[in-house]
Amino acid sequence: MATEPEDIQNLVNQRYKHGFVTDIATESLPPGLDEDVIRAISARKDEPEFMLEWRLRAYRQWLDMQEPTWAHVDYEPIDYNAISYFAAPKSDEDRPKSLDEVDPKLLETYDKLGIPLHERARLAGVAVDAVFDSVSVATTFKDKLSEAGVIFCSFSEAVKDHPELVRKYLGSVVPQRDNFFAALNSAVFSDGSFVYIPKGVRCPMELSTYFRINAENTGQFERTLIVADEGSYVSYLEGCTAPMRDENQLHAAVVELVALEGAEIKYSTVQNWYPGDEDGNGGIYNFVTKRGDCRGRDSKISWTQVETGSAITWKYPSCILRGENSVGEFYSVAVANNRQQADTGTKMIHIGKNTRSTIVSKGISAGRAQNAYRGLVKILPQASGARNHTQCDSLLIGKTCGAHTFPYMEVKHPSAKVEHEATTSKISADQLFYCRQRGISEEDAVNMIVNGFCKEVFRELPMEFAVEAQNLLNVSLEGAVG
Amino acid sequence: MTRGLKDNTMLNIDNLHVRTGEADILKGLSLEIGAGEVHAIMGPNGSGKSTLAQAIAGHEDYDITAGRIEFDGKDIAELDPEERAREGIFLGFQYPVEIPGVNNAYLLKAALNAKRKHDGQEEIDAFEFLKLAKEKMALLGMDPQFLNRGVNEGFSGGEKKRNEILQMAVLEPRLAILDETDSGLDIDALKAVAEGVNALRSEDRAIVLVTHYQRLLDYITPDFVHVLSNGRIVHSGDKTLATELEQRGYDWVAQAAAG
Repeated sequence: MATEPEDIQNLVNQRYKHGFVTDIATESLPPGLDEDVIRAISARKDEPEFMLEWRLRAYRQWLDMQEPTWAHVDYEPIDYNAISYFAAPKSDEDRPKSLDEVDPKLLETYDKLGIPLHERARLAGVAVDAVFDSVSVATTFKDKLSEAGVIFCSFSEAVKDHPELVRKYLGSVVPQRDNFFAALNSAVFSDGSFVYIPKGVRCPMELSTYFRINAENTGQFERTLIVADEGSYVSYLEGCTAPMRDENQLHAAVVELVALEGAEIKYSTVQNWYPGDEDGNGGIYNFVTKRGDCRGRDSKISWTQVETGSAITWKYPSCILRGENSVGEFYSVAVANNRQQADTGTKMIHIGKNTRSTIVSKGISAGRAQNAYRGLVKILPQASGARNHTQCDSLLIGKTCGAHTFPYMEVKHPSAKVEHEATTSKISADQLFYCRQRGISEEDAVNMIVNGFCKEVFRELPMEFAVEAQNLLNVSLEGAVG
Repeated sequence: MTRGLKDNTMLNIDNLHVRTGEADILKGLSLEIGAGEVHAIMGPNGSGKSTLAQAIAGHEDYDITAGRIEFDGKDIAELDPEERAREGIFLGFQYPVEIPGVNNAYLLKAALNAKRKHDGQEEIDAFEFLKLAKEKMALLGMDPQFLNRGVNEGFSGGEKKRNEILQMAVLEPRLAILDETDSGLDIDALKAVAEGVNALRSEDRAIVLVTHYQRLLDYITPDFVHVLSNGRIVHSGDKTLATELEQRGYDWVAQAAAG
């Protein structure tokens, strides 16, 4: 990470020269949504015609769709005309100049999570030139990636620089009218990430939104597209353990993954959006559509998620197992504390022969939270030899929370093997006393038991991420017992 | 009531009354235990043996309504269970609980480090810990694979009890209370557990064996044997008392005490 001061200066200047942040129009659009708003978004982003047409088509479809109500969550109706669909990024003048100006409580949390000092400034939104360290790291990574032929850029850049790839794959996994929130996202998406791994390339490093310059202000309607060409491999990390606050209450992201023949995509998420206060006020609504398409034979898509934030989570990362012998995996830890509500799970759609899927879901509920697992395993008539194993465990802390399991299975081929195991357990007084009798404090005992419960999922996370995720869980459940 | 304490007194229980739920279980129990001693507490089911063990360890379901428990001359009634543990009080559980997913080694290392921290020592690192744990396991004739399993997860009765002894061996408590450690063990497991306990006998450590049967005492010779009946110690003696109890049952002691 050692960089000569001169280089740093150059990098910082370069950043301004390329205008990664500053050449975006600075005015926000007034609240409300109609075709003119969409035209304005597209114009401000200087998008090619095809992109605008695509957005408009999505918008027209969204207009006659209904907001879904089947999830096990409860919230006030959202007024879609009260939202501003294009927010100007904060200028450096509005940002804190140094960590001294940042809320001490936030810094305390960074400390608990063990976030390195040089990252804290960036996370807290300190003005760019104060955080050049991460910029230089990011640039080094970019060079290494382009050597390997990997494209990793913001979605806006991809629309301009790689329109043929965007046209080919955008909406090919999550169609515009897939669901209400996906349609809305398709019409107004702000920005996000684009990744393309060429044939036979093993991406030389884990890709993280952290290293994507211009990651700030992707806004509430994020759009991510990852394409792994034949025989390639990529591991992608999304999110961050640091608590993310946002003025936008509604977040409706769409993530599409495409794995061609023999390709593998590993997608790991740590989500820690602001969950609201103890009564649930002010938290983020996180309504996300994530889907991967195992398009080629012998391809593999693996979702790993640790969900601790948001007031309401509505999220079902799914795999379409189209290619023969393709593999889908879903490993999830979902924590709900206080007034949080989570309805999350996965869908495994088996289309190809001998396709296999594994689902491991760990739900932890505390306080007065409600935590639901909702999963669909669908074996189509042509999917001979398909196999699924689902394990769905719930852990309850205290007496006022709830855990719910909604497994759906549709099996249309007689050779399919589908297994479902479910358990619900409580952290028992006996377990806590046992640990305390060995000298371990009650809080440490709870953390130990929770981490033990989640071990199978944490094992799937990249090493450093796993350590952070463990700390995050401990922080999320602080005060849950006692 | 005042009693003259011995020079080596570690645990002094004076006129202890303990209630759990609606029931008064201990009704004026007094007992003095010195460093280097092994005491056996025997008695029929329901006499209050396990209650005594839980009360010393500080289980919240057991209320001390009168009397005192002193450890090293200090009343421990106000100490949390973890504080008592760090002071050197160890309870070997009658029914060790399973904690799925939590690695045996992890729990043990956390426990050891909590104690070391309390004693002002540096935390032990993973490498040193493993070395220590393996030494102790060799002493107890245990398979090192044990460390990698979940705490008591899927253990047989004998394995659970042996695991308790391993924890004791690693934590090196000054006062070890073993609650019905012999129950549910076959003869080989019983011998192994007894060997483990005997290996830990030392001048500065006291061991309390809570047991229903004399069987365990064939392998661990106690210095003192006490009979608990209806919430009190009604008779105390040396190791020969255990044999007598085995032959004559408990009734005569209780009757003698009542009469």
